[in-house]
Amino acid sequence: MTALKQEVNYDDLIPNNVNLSEDRRLRKALEAWHPGFIDWWKDMGPDGFQDTPVYLRTAIGVDPKGWAEFGYVNMPEYRWGILLAPAEEGRTIPFGKHKGEPVWQEVPGEYRAMLRRLVVIQGDTEPASVEQQRHLGKTAPSLYDLRNLFQVNVEEGRHLWAMVYLLHKYFGKDGREEAENLLKRTSGDKDKPRMLGAFNEETPDWLSFFMFTFFTDRDGKMQLESLAQSGFDPLSRTCRFMLTEEAHHMFVGESGISRIIQRTCEAMNEAGITDPTDVEAVRKLGVMDLPMIQRKMNFHLAVTLDLFGNEVSTNAASAYEAGIKGRYQETRIDDDHQLHNDTYAVLKVVDGELKMVEETALNAINARLRDDYVKDADGGVKRWNKLIKKAGVDYELSLPHIAFNRQIGEFSGLFVSPDGEVIDQATFEANRDNWLPTASDLAYLDSLMVAVTEPGEYASWIAPPKVGIDNKPGDFEYVRLAG
Amino acid sequence: MIDFRTSPDQYRHWRLTTDGPVAHVTMAVNENAGLFDGYQLKMNSYDLGVDIELNDVVQRLRFEHPEVKAVVLASANEKIFCAGANIRMLGGASHGHKVNFCKFTNETRNAIEEASAESGQIWMCAVNGTAAGGGYELALATDHILLIDDGTTTVSLPEVSLLAVLPGTGGLTRVTDKRKVRRDRADIFCSMEDGVRGQRALDWRLVDELAPASQFDQAVTARAQELARRSDRPDNANGVLFSPLDREIGEHSIHYRHLSVELDSSRRTATLIVHGPQQDAPASVADAQAQGDSFWPLALARDLDDAILHLRLNQPEMGTWLIKSQGDGPRIAGYESLLEQEHWLMREIRLFWKRTLKRLDVTSRTLFALIEPGSCFSGLLAELVFCADRSFMLDGQWEQDDTPAAELQLSAMNFGALPMSNGLTRLETRFYGEPQSVEQAREQQGQPLDAMAALRGGLITEAYDDIDWDEELRLLIEERSSFSPDALIGMEANLRFTGPETMETRIFGRLTAWQNWIFQRPNAVGRQGALQLYGSGSRPTYNFERI
Repeated sequence: MTALKQEVNYDDLIPNNVNLSEDRRLRKALEAWHPGFIDWWKDMGPDGFQDTPVYLRTAIGVDPKGWAEFGYVNMPEYRWGILLAPAEEGRTIPFGKHKGEPVWQEVPGEYRAMLRRLVVIQGDTEPASVEQQRHLGKTAPSLYDLRNLFQVNVEEGRHLWAMVYLLHKYFGKDGREEAENLLKRTSGDKDKPRMLGAFNEETPDWLSFFMFTFFTDRDGKMQLESLAQSGFDPLSRTCRFMLTEEAHHMFVGESGISRIIQRTCEAMNEAGITDPTDVEAVRKLGVMDLPMIQRKMNFHLAVTLDLFGNEVSTNAASAYEAGIKGRYQETRIDDDHQLHNDTYAVLKVVDGELKMVEETALNAINARLRDDYVKDADGGVKRWNKLIKKAGVDYELSLPHIAFNRQIGEFSGLFVSPDGEVIDQATFEANRDNWLPTASDLAYLDSLMVAVTEPGEYASWIAPPKVGIDNKPGDFEYVRLAG
Repeated sequence: MIDFRTSPDQYRHWRLTTDGPVAHVTMAVNENAGLFDGYQLKMNSYDLGVDIELNDVVQRLRFEHPEVKAVVLASANEKIFCAGANIRMLGGASHGHKVNFCKFTNETRNAIEEASAESGQIWMCAVNGTAAGGGYELALATDHILLIDDGTTTVSLPEVSLLAVLPGTGGLTRVTDKRKVRRDRADIFCSMEDGVRGQRALDWRLVDELAPASQFDQAVTARAQELARRSDRPDNANGVLFSPLDREIGEHSIHYRHLSVELDSSRRTATLIVHGPQQDAPASVADAQAQGDSFWPLALARDLDDAILHLRLNQPEMGTWLIKSQGDGPRIAGYESLLEQEHWLMREIRLFWKRTLKRLDVTSRTLFALIEPGSCFSGLLAELVFCADRSFMLDGQWEQDDTPAAELQLSAMNFGALPMSNGLTRLETRFYGEPQSVEQAREQQGQPLDAMAALRGGLITEAYDDIDWDEELRLLIEERSSFSPDALIGMEANLRFTGPETMETRIFGRLTAWQNWIFQRPNAVGRQGALQLYGSGSRPTYNFERI
């Protein structure tokens, strides 16, 4: 390992626009960290595909017109880069106490602990999803999907790099220790789990994977969006570039579920089934019934909403006030961006009922980000419903109420139906199987999980995509399994 | 009015279970059951109400559970052990409340430490989630800190960095004096928001043991059993149950079974009249135990303890406490001969008296002892005289009253069993520069001393005859009540604790005094101060001038 270090030319190995070859301190830190990362990837990355050539996109620059190149790569040799969106000349801090001051290029000592905590929490989520998804390769419904899974995985790996870069570059010895620890925690580990709940859940099947990329990666997007507003410019630039990749992850989720829905509707129509709730008949066709998809949505939305933390949060208020973490699309919001005199309506539990309560806007930062998230996710659900309608099937998917099945925040401990009705525990339990995935759902899903490995072929429960990746034809061999 | 009396059936914040020699004290703070309005006790944060229950837990474990040898302090919250004192509560509380809150919580933590050291009931802390500020200080009060090693959970003292105050329940002192953390590491630890986790916490001696999450429960069990094996408490003894404390509060008086308090708001005095035993001591320890919580020394200690706490919190303007006694002095010796025996219950009662007298020592009231005919300041009760800032004895009898002249009597109790927080007996403290006076007093054990003898021996401040008594005391009390209470508090606290420093004196002196100063400063409590702004999202604005 040590002999190798000297031979590595990091400029070749690590596409970057941070002047890595000139930055001795950063190079030294990455030299120490990089072998551990590769070990982690081999131990915890996609299981069984480490020596398989995969047609992947690699970020090599930040030019919006051509920031990536495609080609076959064995994943451990993927060139995880360190890329920051281009600096904006004269950028000022867009919100909080320091609004209007020039952005920081170094960490202000006063906010060091707060910033480090945010970077560590964001960083902890990135490798977590790779770990959660490591067994999915064995049951991919097509080579196209297999390749998308790996694309998401390597890019989550790159996002880990992005956070590690910040820790190494700006947070000194503590930062290096935190970077080490990002590789020590493991999703679902009983001793050293990942920091946030949703990242310790299993991703056992492909419906879960698509739901995860649609719902949970969208939380990642919202968090990155608000960090992209940061007055700490290196964080802002890092997150802005990560968002270009994150868009693909959203796409994988939304299009994956679209293709599942499309296939289900097609199969129902072909078989002449008109009742989407006739689960037994639908399942005989080897496709995923819509009520089960609804239950999975219910589960994934609730778990993901928990990631937003307490709706009313003083930590979030402090981070906003400090100019560290803003709101979604902060600069497009028409207010004073300081919020000392503003309020924001937050749904709260008042005497056992759900009521809108005006909170000081500063304390409601998390609630607002969650509301923005729900709007964003709802757009995708509307598009799925269009597909169902177009296919002539009488069914409508909907996001469950934000208070449904929550473990963290205002609604934890409360029993609420997906429609938003406060109920008692007995009623909840009596309806659990209508609202959340059942054991038989999971067993059925499991039975569908059989790898399809011929180029251009797809599992029975998912339609082919409209367009190939990188405009490749339908029978393109995205993953060279025989290799 | 704040009531310090509670019992397990009334707990809202704690669960107490025992399993043979191991007790589990589990913090499960009900966030909607704060003592006052205006804050929620989120994340296992605490206010005085939470600590009143903890105090009751500590107390009952010792008396009601002789079989409990190890106590596991833990949290019912999976992620958070305890977030410390509730900041909104502190932000909204008066200065006086903050000070009294800290004093009481400190006393409870000291009682935990004393249980481990002297009562054979050894406390350990199972830190299964973040322990911040007062949460870590709770852990520090135990003898063994077991930290979950999950890569995330930290122990921390973030008061300086987040709140612009000090950890107020002994944190700074225990980090350096008890756990002997190197001062530069302590400096780092006490000025960081995030705290320290895992191996470093162990390396720096902030905790004693690490256990991975999957083995945490087994590690706790194993350690608790190991601690229990060190104990000398009995396996099969019956505990003494604490029945609800009889207390009657009148307009100007409070009556307990063995103590009455008279309040005089014009003079701003509270007169505490301690009653001696009504009967002779039982014949044996077994007979004493059969009396349960009616056994006089125990019953009186409970009365006195509650009265001190009640008066401190609920009668802040009664600046001078006059301590008197009534009863049959010679009877007390019989009780003391039982208390001196090696028996778990007798030891607990001795330790209870030790704690109660220490409460009196740190009470921010002027204490005057008045030794009059009919009083019974003998042995155990003579310690009350030595607690006082000054003591006065009537020389002779009241005119036209045949009650015999007052006598003061010393016993073994005054020479070791009831040390102050400086580690010395009250007589050693009193005669700090004259050890021969302690020896002379020791030789006088068991002899009734009249006013002149007591004065000669330096055991009292002054002796007056009945002609002078009323006028001298009137002048004294009026003069005392005219002084600034702040200056008196500071003066008394300085003069009471002569001689060596211990962890306790450092906590009640250095730490508390600085904390109480900081509690008054705009950087903490001003409109732009950290305590006021905490939770508002706004950051404090400090005056950066060093004083």
